[in-house]
Amino acid sequence: MKILVTVKRVVDYNVKVRVKDDNSGVETANVKMSMNPFCEIAVEEAVRLKEKGVASEIIVASIGPAQAQETLRTALALGADKAILVKTDEEVQPLAVAKILKEIVAKESPEMVIMGKQSIDGDNNQSGQMLAALLDWPQGTFASEINVSDGKVAVTREIDGGLETLELTLPAVVTSDLRLNEPRFASLPNIMKAKRKPLEEVSSADLGVDIAPRTKTLKVEAPAQREAGIKVDSVAELVDKLKNEAKVI
Amino acid sequence: MAILVIAEHNNQELGAATLSTIAAALKIGNDIHVLVAGKSSQPVAESVSVCEGVTKVLHAEHEALEHATAESLTAIVVELASNYSHILAAASTFGKNFMPRIGAKLDVQPISDIISVESEDTFKRPVYAGNAIATVQSTDAIKVITVRATGFDAVATSGGSAVVESLTVDGHISQKSKFASQELTKSERPELTAAKIIISGGRGMGSGENFHMLEEIADKLGAAVGASRAAVDAGFVPNDYQVGQTGKIVAPELYIAVGISGAIQHLAGMKDSKVIVAINKDEEAPIFQVADYGLVADLFQAIPELKDAL
Repeated sequence: MKILVTVKRVVDYNVKVRVKDDNSGVETANVKMSMNPFCEIAVEEAVRLKEKGVASEIIVASIGPAQAQETLRTALALGADKAILVKTDEEVQPLAVAKILKEIVAKESPEMVIMGKQSIDGDNNQSGQMLAALLDWPQGTFASEINVSDGKVAVTREIDGGLETLELTLPAVVTSDLRLNEPRFASLPNIMKAKRKPLEEVSSADLGVDIAPRTKTLKVEAPAQREAGIKVDSVAELVDKLKNEAKVI
Repeated sequence: MAILVIAEHNNQELGAATLSTIAAALKIGNDIHVLVAGKSSQPVAESVSVCEGVTKVLHAEHEALEHATAESLTAIVVELASNYSHILAAASTFGKNFMPRIGAKLDVQPISDIISVESEDTFKRPVYAGNAIATVQSTDAIKVITVRATGFDAVATSGGSAVVESLTVDGHISQKSKFASQELTKSERPELTAAKIIISGGRGMGSGENFHMLEEIADKLGAAVGASRAAVDAGFVPNDYQVGQTGKIVAPELYIAVGISGAIQHLAGMKDSKVIVAINKDEEAPIFQVADYGLVADLFQAIPELKDAL
């Protein structure tokens, strides 16, 4: 079985982001960038499926600027076989992401697409569901466990209040939640090997996809700051404040 | 044009987040229809019909809708979509699952997780784990929106008198995706997103067993128990305890953070709480910068004391 896995280059999750002074967005110049953590989990899951003999080939795709090549090389070092970069410097919104990926699916014919449930920059949590819709494939979002057998995939999903398991007929789109696995680190020999793996570059125009944004970002602001309150000296004082000052207990 | 809200429910009760979603819809317009899709979900349809602001309830009943899949719900909503200017659902794992699918089918770019309505096409939403707030304007004909429940005060659950209309949905049940099983965390305590008081533990709790100390206090206060991602990653408690950008977003009356340092990702999930209490032995912990009341103390002494004092 061929698996397509997608990765996005985002501001590293350890970076404290700053809103630009002109409120046009978030400062991304000279900021550490990394693979979106949920995408790392998606790559890891694909690699594990290959190690189990379920997957035969892993294709990794990314949409973004030339530097997204580094993110793809990381995925290749983790165990993907071949990479595709859809190169663009424009903003690509989830609907356009799904349309681009649909074309890649048509070209590569994977039986399963594994994606992160959301990217930690836009926090949209949309692309996987939208790709599944455009392909008319079933979807298993927020996966914490997946089991492939007999042309089906059982996806255990993290839902509010617990877990839910769905049985999807392949081909299907799965999006990863945090507990699906713990991603490995790329070893030095694998990083070296990844440099020789194929990485193809295409443009959204080559794929015939219109990526014009549908929503306009009018402004981006820093959130309202919460003021620090007071320190109390004892549990007794705390309980007194909660009862008599804040009146919440 | 009317606005469609998709109800979240368990076939018996309407989810609290839907009441906040109706409130968001009322900030956009005043003709609010609510879709209740379920099995034996008559009680839900009835309770929705008396909610403040609801003008019509669309009630779809089918065996397979007991646990509706994204595929089936999408097919049902897409058929109705041309009658509506906006389609809204709560930004819970329920709404986030199918709303983008509806968007793609309608060739619409959805807007996730709105926290305010600026106008009928402009909304505010958090990005970068709540470290920035974006104001976004949709250019699509139909707006597909998920609503962060903590951003809107729930509508009243009485006073309305909407008509209930039955829908036939037999042709819309997906065969490609089937519900197999569900395992809900059993708890006598309130759900995190609905609780008025939450007591959460972090890595400082040291072990899963030590969470019993928090549970005892929770039971005295009628509170829910939560956790930071660090505590979840350490294996102390299940993932559905997690409060934060990658877990639940909560805004209770009182949030008590115990042994939680206050990583950005955790703050993003609880900073809208009305009153925040932090108990941590490290007085430099960032959690104190957002706490109304901070107690620098060893939690293993402070928590038993707190239990006795309540």
